[in-house]
Amino acid sequence: MKKIALITLVFTSFGLASNNLFATEASDTLIKEYQTEGAKDFSEKAGKTLWETKVEDRSCTSCHTMSVKNTGKHKRTGKEIKPMAPSVNPERLSEVKKIRKWLLRNCKGTFKRECTPQEKGDILTWLSKQ
Amino acid sequence: MNNLVKNIRWAIGSASLGAILLFGITSVSVSVADEDESNEHEQHEKYERGEHERAEQAERHSTKWKQDKVYAAECSECHLAYPANLLPAESWKKIMANLDDHFGENAELDKSTTLHIANYLQSQALPIGKRSKWSRMLRNLKDKAPTRITKLPFFIHKHDELSDDMVKNNPKVGSFSHCNACHKDAEKSMFDEDTVSIPNFGRWED
Repeated sequence: MKKIALITLVFTSFGLASNNLFATEASDTLIKEYQTEGAKDFSEKAGKTLWETKVEDRSCTSCHTMSVKNTGKHKRTGKEIKPMAPSVNPERLSEVKKIRKWLLRNCKGTFKRECTPQEKGDILTWLSKQ
Repeated sequence: MNNLVKNIRWAIGSASLGAILLFGITSVSVSVADEDESNEHEQHEKYERGEHERAEQAERHSTKWKQDKVYAAECSECHLAYPANLLPAESWKKIMANLDDHFGENAELDKSTTLHIANYLQSQALPIGKRSKWSRMLRNLKDKAPTRITKLPFFIHKHDELSDDMVKNNPKVGSFSHCNACHKDAEKSMFDEDTVSIPNFGRWED
């Protein structure tokens, strides 16, 4: 009996690891939505690259710090920003409305334009593994 | 008998005069005392009325000024949800119409949330042309729809005695925009001096 439990556990862990570790119902919904909007397969690497891309000396890391596991700080208001990584802050990626709101605001604020469905999906894919 | 009356007539006269005078004086003093008492009573009533009015005003302020969950939750994601009654309705209108450039940041919200917050701010904004505890905020105002609370002449006047070490260079304050660093009840729109405590400096007394 113990063996079966152990095997199940190992398989489940593999199953989770192969998918997006901290993907949520909310992030899955949006990933599907971005695909219907024309995005291709999403890339973790592209997500990370975009996260660190600087436009006019500003990138996501300006406020969120170089590690999404850290507590960040709003550049202008100084307000504390809880870690973005779902592994340390399970509240992240749990609400479709919130993800939509912040991706719109922060792409415009940081990159001076809206992100494409591909870019948004890449970021979500990368973030959901952190 | 007649002789006796004659002899004590003087005494009777004096006694009656004394009695009349005494009665007169007593009644005068009683009436003075009465007047004093009624004055005191009136004063007390006036005082009580004043207290009552003040209490009523305070209650009106607290019942009239409402917080809003959506406003508090949305706006406090980046900064203190500034009490709506610190700016006139026109100011909030301007702010809510330009959320895509909110003091240099993008703070866009979806339509229904924007509408909800805009309505809330309109209902609680600082009234112009109506006396209130907050009318002072409008003193010497040049711009009819100012958007920065910290640029209001009244705000500047109220904070002009503070040193840079207390605010800008104070790591626990940093900026005048951080009301709640020193005004612990700022979010409830309470800025009375006895609630002020500057980090690393302590209570502020003018």
